[in-house]
Amino acid sequence: MSLHAQDDIELRRAQEDRLRAVWAPPTGWFGRWTDVNNNVVGVWYTLTAFTFMLFAGVLALIMRAQLSAPGNDLVTPSTFNQLFTLHGSMMMFLFAVPMFEAVAVILLPQLLGARDLPFPRLSAFGYWSFLIGGVFVAGSIFFDVAPDGGWFMYPPFTTRTDLSGLGADIWMLGLSFIEVSSVAAAVELIVGVLKTRPPGMRLNLMPLYAWYILVVAVMILFAFPPLIAGDILFELERLMGWPFFDAARGGDAILWQHLFWIFGHPEVYIVFLPSIALFAMIVPTFARRPLLGYPWIVLAAVGTAFLSFGLWVHHMFTTGLPKISLAFFSAASEAVAIPTGIQIFAFIATLWAGRVVWSTPMLYATGSIAIFVIGGLTGVMVAVAPFDWQAHDTYFIVAHLHYVLIGGTLIPLFGGLYYYWPLITGKKLSDRIGRTAFWFLFAGANITFFPMHFSGLMGMPRRVFTYPAELGIGGLNMVSTIGSFIFAFGVLLVCLDLARSPWRQKSERNPWQAGTLEWLAHPDDEDWGIRSVPLIESRYPIWDQKNFVSKVDEGRYFLPDAEEGRRETIITSVLDARPIQVIRLGTPSAVPMVTAGVLGSVFILTTYHLYWLAAAGVAGTLACVLYWLWTGTGEIPEKERKAIGHGLSVPLYCSGASSSGWWAMFITMMADATAFSGLVFGYYFFWTRADDFPPSGVGMEGPGAFWPMAALALTLASWAMTVAAREVNARGAEGAARALLGVGGLVSLAAIAAGVAGPVATGLQPSLHVYPAIVYTLVIWTVTHNAVGAIMQFYTMARSIAGRMTPRYDADVRNITVYHHFMAVTAIVTYATIGLFPGVS
Amino acid sequence: MKNETPNEGRGGLRQRVRGLRVTLWTLIVPPTVWAGHFLFCYLWVAVSCAKMGAFPRFPTAFVIGTAVALAIIVASGWIAWIQSGTPGDPPPHDDGTDIDRLRFLAHATVLLAALSFVAVVFTAAPALMLTDCR
Ligand code: HEM
Ligand SMILES: [Cu+2]
Repeated sequence: MSLHAQDDIELRRAQEDRLRAVWAPPTGWFGRWTDVNNNVVGVWYTLTAFTFMLFAGVLALIMRAQLSAPGNDLVTPSTFNQLFTLHGSMMMFLFAVPMFEAVAVILLPQLLGARDLPFPRLSAFGYWSFLIGGVFVAGSIFFDVAPDGGWFMYPPFTTRTDLSGLGADIWMLGLSFIEVSSVAAAVELIVGVLKTRPPGMRLNLMPLYAWYILVVAVMILFAFPPLIAGDILFELERLMGWPFFDAARGGDAILWQHLFWIFGHPEVYIVFLPSIALFAMIVPTFARRPLLGYPWIVLAAVGTAFLSFGLWVHHMFTTGLPKISLAFFSAASEAVAIPTGIQIFAFIATLWAGRVVWSTPMLYATGSIAIFVIGGLTGVMVAVAPFDWQAHDTYFIVAHLHYVLIGGTLIPLFGGLYYYWPLITGKKLSDRIGRTAFWFLFAGANITFFPMHFSGLMGMPRRVFTYPAELGIGGLNMVSTIGSFIFAFGVLLVCLDLARSPWRQKSERNPWQAGTLEWLAHPDDEDWGIRSVPLIESRYPIWDQKNFVSKVDEGRYFLPDAEEGRRETIITSVLDARPIQVIRLGTPSAVPMVTAGVLGSVFILTTYHLYWLAAAGVAGTLACVLYWLWTGTGEIPEKERKAIGHGLSVPLYCSGASSSGWWAMFITMMADATAFSGLVFGYYFFWTRADDFPPSGVGMEGPGAFWPMAALALTLASWAMTVAAREVNARGAEGAARALLGVGGLVSLAAIAAGVAGPVATGLQPSLHVYPAIVYTLVIWTVTHNAVGAIMQFYTMARSIAGRMTPRYDADVRNITVYHHFMAVTAIVTYATIGLFPGVS
Repeated sequence: MKNETPNEGRGGLRQRVRGLRVTLWTLIVPPTVWAGHFLFCYLWVAVSCAKMGAFPRFPTAFVIGTAVALAIIVASGWIAWIQSGTPGDPPPHDDGTDIDRLRFLAHATVLLAALSFVAVVFTAAPALMLTDCR
């Protein structure tokens, strides 16, 4: 064996001291909350989501107690409405999705052998937003103002302020805020999977969990924005009286259903796939062999993701859409059973081929598949439109959805909890309690939800606070209630097990003898994530690569040191994971927390109609974000390259398509463009619905062609200047670049004026009719983006003047160019739609 | 990737296909075609039914649209099929080499093409069998 620098124990110790110092968590009673390390933030995130789950579970128990006997009056009808709305909304928005993000924030860097995700402060920001928004939404029930329109909040009852109170605003604004944080987390995770894999981990060696995370995060990117668009329309109607969903003024409540379910159906898979992903890690470990059919699973994940966007109308089978349209969605619903089945069969086949160790996590895995399959079967039943006409809005649906969610999301997560607890705490949970809890959960879920199939078919509608004894469903309901308490007892056992954990002794390292990277974690974990970033040659390196663990521990791979006293991780290329950069990561800071707080205040103040304060909040948020960007991004390193070991040296600075910042911008813009498509969809939807769209009459004259075209021309000019600035800057003409950016910013501002001039000049009255309302909405969306574009141009100019951006270090201008590309497309679509389209039709 | 040897010269088309670049984007071509076809069918029907009050001038647009979609899917599946057969080390092709990564992406694309093919046929079936808006 050749002599290696790392043979020197002294050197290793010195490196470890340096790493420990760099990664030391912040201290102090306030300081410790400024931590951004994924291990810490991820744990807070998980605990918070778990707590929300318990809270929502208690709400469910109250509901079940109320429904246990006919004519019961434990709670009032109004409280019952709040209970089921909050239960459903919290389970979906405050538990299932955040839980996926939380677990991924903990696991992903470990799975990828990265020191942390590329934007640690963004994760922290996501967490704080989630906490603030979640407490706001959940707390409302204690003031009797919780939302009460059901988790899908169908208008018009929810948009009419005389029929629904503050609760609807709390739902819309509180959850929009959380959606923003979900999108932030999705960006973080996508860039994490694509860019922070360890050297050698090509796409075909990526752990399946990472594939699922990638797929699910992309789904969030396309699913949440339509809901955000819907939320915007919804709040404009509630707060300003713009009639998007009010049929009397040309609106249409069905539009909400479309936007909601374009989100809502993929959502089901967004919460299902990550849990299945845990199986993809658990099954091979206990079958003691690699998972069979790796490409098949990737196919299944990608295929499910795509097809799940073609299913939304199966929630709208009874709304009177043309039957032929229903048929398309029915077909897609049946098709999605194919990839789902493939995943399940790959797991079963792996178990078949291996020598299975029947550990506690395995028990949860198999048990949940059994429950999920029953839910899948009833799913195929309700995907057949005529059957759905019978079962729609009955307890049959409640049974179906809970079989899927409990089998597909909740119990797998408990299995993951038992599996990964040693990774996080260094301690195992009790097998005995775990198994006992499992049987309570399994029995409880079936006893609760199986009878609901029958009570539903016998005519029990969902969302009723009671039912008459004559319906003959009292017995079934009593059984369901008893089952729910059995289930709750199982959850309680799990909680007890967790609570006893601090008194248990540490388990050995890699207690399940797994083969994947995350099990490098040591029971007495260090905060640096991984001692050295390994070179990967196999899907199960701990099983297959010689002396793998000791080589990592002895710092024999890459980046074993932190000479410059900076937190760092390696950025690699997307396809083949070749090292291309070392990035400096964000360190503990109060900025993410403060930004989340200020942004949260915008949503909360708007709920209470305190618009001026909310406007101050917007300004405050902008200030925070600019400060954050100015101090925390695009830093020019003190040297060009850095040696990462093994004679390899990589740059410390990248810009353009190979940098992580560029990817983050690009991905964020995809989400932004999707939200915009939701609004444009609204416009054309109204056009197909009404014969007189655009209508004629005072206050409804379109914005004409002149001003929209002027605004478009100005936006395109500003875009061209940004592109030109990028080019001349790269060629060294910094003065010209600054001038172009400055003028470009002014032109963006002019575009705002021109954009607004159109509807103002023709005197459009948005509260009169849906046509002016949607035109105004599109214009506001576009000019707000112009404003952001202008801020970016001025910001970049300032960076250049301050010497923080140079011809060589030009990430800022490259990133804002991505924004301006999307800006240009947005302007083209908006102004062509409002300025030219009515004339064409 | 440039070291395949045996039948250089023969089957020039295959060689060229094999040399095509494969990325994460090529992987999603087949399902993206499905999505496009799906949207096309849905919007076409929705707009025709709402605006003309009648089923769209059947079946030309659907037949052409479906044929185009299927053709693209078959083509990308075929390309991927050839690429997945790029010669190299013995199975199971799970190593960290250029060829194995190529083969993996190609293999997954073939599978996705098969799924997308079925899904497009599923979507087209009702459009070809039902012929009015009710
Ligand atoms: C012991 C566990 C659970 C029980 C006893 C339970 C019970 C209930 C009940 C009684 C309803 C109201 C039905 C109605 O009258 O409309 C409901 C609705 C719902 N639940 Fe659960 N649930 C449980 C767990 C979960 C989980 C884990 C999830 C998601 C991850 C979930 C998601 C939902 C959703 C989305 C609704 C629909 C709410 C609405 O109609 O607006 N539930 N549940
Ligand atoms: Cu669905």
